[in-house]
Amino acid sequence: MGEFPHTVTTMPTARRSGCPFDPPAELVDARRHSPISPYTFPGGKPGWLITGFDLVRSVLADSRFSSRKELMLHPTIDYGDMQAPPAPPGEFLLMDEPQHSRYRKPLMGKFTVRRMRLLTERVEQITADHLDAMEEAGPSADLVTAFAKPIPAIMICELLGVPYQDRGSFQEQVDSFMNGETSDEDLLAAYTATQDYLAELVAAKRANPTDDVLSDLTDSDLTDEELRGIALILLAAGLDTTANMLALGTFALLRNPEQLAALRTDPALADRAVEELLRYLSVAKTFMRTALEDVEVGGRTIEAGSRVILSYNTANRDPERFADPHVLDLRRQDGGHLAFGHGIHQCLGQQLARVEMKVAFPALLDRFPTLRLAVPPEEVALRPETADVYGVKSLPVTWDA
Amino acid sequence: MRITVDTERCVGSGMCVLTAGEVFDQREEDGKAIVLRPEPPADTRGSVREAVDLCPAAAIALSAPGTPVL
Repeated sequence: MGEFPHTVTTMPTARRSGCPFDPPAELVDARRHSPISPYTFPGGKPGWLITGFDLVRSVLADSRFSSRKELMLHPTIDYGDMQAPPAPPGEFLLMDEPQHSRYRKPLMGKFTVRRMRLLTERVEQITADHLDAMEEAGPSADLVTAFAKPIPAIMICELLGVPYQDRGSFQEQVDSFMNGETSDEDLLAAYTATQDYLAELVAAKRANPTDDVLSDLTDSDLTDEELRGIALILLAAGLDTTANMLALGTFALLRNPEQLAALRTDPALADRAVEELLRYLSVAKTFMRTALEDVEVGGRTIEAGSRVILSYNTANRDPERFADPHVLDLRRQDGGHLAFGHGIHQCLGQQLARVEMKVAFPALLDRFPTLRLAVPPEEVALRPETADVYGVKSLPVTWDA
Repeated sequence: MRITVDTERCVGSGMCVLTAGEVFDQREEDGKAIVLRPEPPADTRGSVREAVDLCPAAAIALSAPGTPVL
């Protein structure tokens, strides 16, 4: 701890040119100075930025830090004294106990390791169908639309019970409020349309329950409004995160041919490879907490009411936790990343995401032994840091037919 | 080594099952962790320790064998 701590005054909004997989250089630099840095929110409110693995993990496990939406500040926008409203019913990611448990508990049995592994065959089938379609339409494709988006979209829609014919338009709506580039007006329109759609879906499940998670939940004491909130959170999380992991992960493998070759020749490496890609890419980059009381973190006192930005992607590149953290090493032994978070909010759907990635990456590499980028790597369009989930907008690939 | 799980704390992440599947499972009805082998064989102890470390809710505890479970 120096007398003059390294201060981060604005949240970095861009990655270094030519380094699409590395966190913004300012964050990596902040971590080099200290795992916790004073941070000034737009408008001048003081807060903290945590970039060190151990400190991020300890804050996530500490119930003195709140996830409540109304206590948060936007890390890059000055809204003045305007305060966020509390999370709508059901959106449990932005709640503390006991409200959080009310929603998470009825879902926990639906996303167990065993249940998700039972979906392996279905993921294999969906993956094969999309690889068939790619092959027929090829020898080039946008991997995002042909592969990365549809696989998790179909899986989460089938789990929740979104009818097949609604998936396309529903996916477009979710995409427009996740891509980080939609205007406020269009964002509101997409959000409202999604809410309306989900309200109808919940009503339909209540009237005619089918074999899916949402129908099962109509059997609980949750209200329609609460079910709508739960559905929104599961769909948004299930669609966007895995889709970006699949596309960005493929991009990363294509840029690391020796790693790609290792996975291709040794499919048994898939489990470990998925964990390493999760760590290396950390597409869900940043979360926030608010101290409910004075808490000492890394030798500094975080005062009650202060907001703390947790940089997962920088923590997952912490050299004190991972040897050569900026190297993608699919054989890495030092596991235990924070890509799914930690503490009571740790990703509910993580086992589904694992099954999807474990099936999809090897299947893609197996089907297209000559898979390569169809454009120079610097021309691959990346999502801006303003998007909640990082990734590529499109990934043009080609292969020898 | 004796394993206990605090099911009140457990958030059903499944990390223990993923890490030490021969020792842990999850209840069908609510996803909470269950211990299949409260006194795990020596060759699983490394993965059990890893499961303890990875548990997001710090719900798994290790104690000396034979310790009464309250």
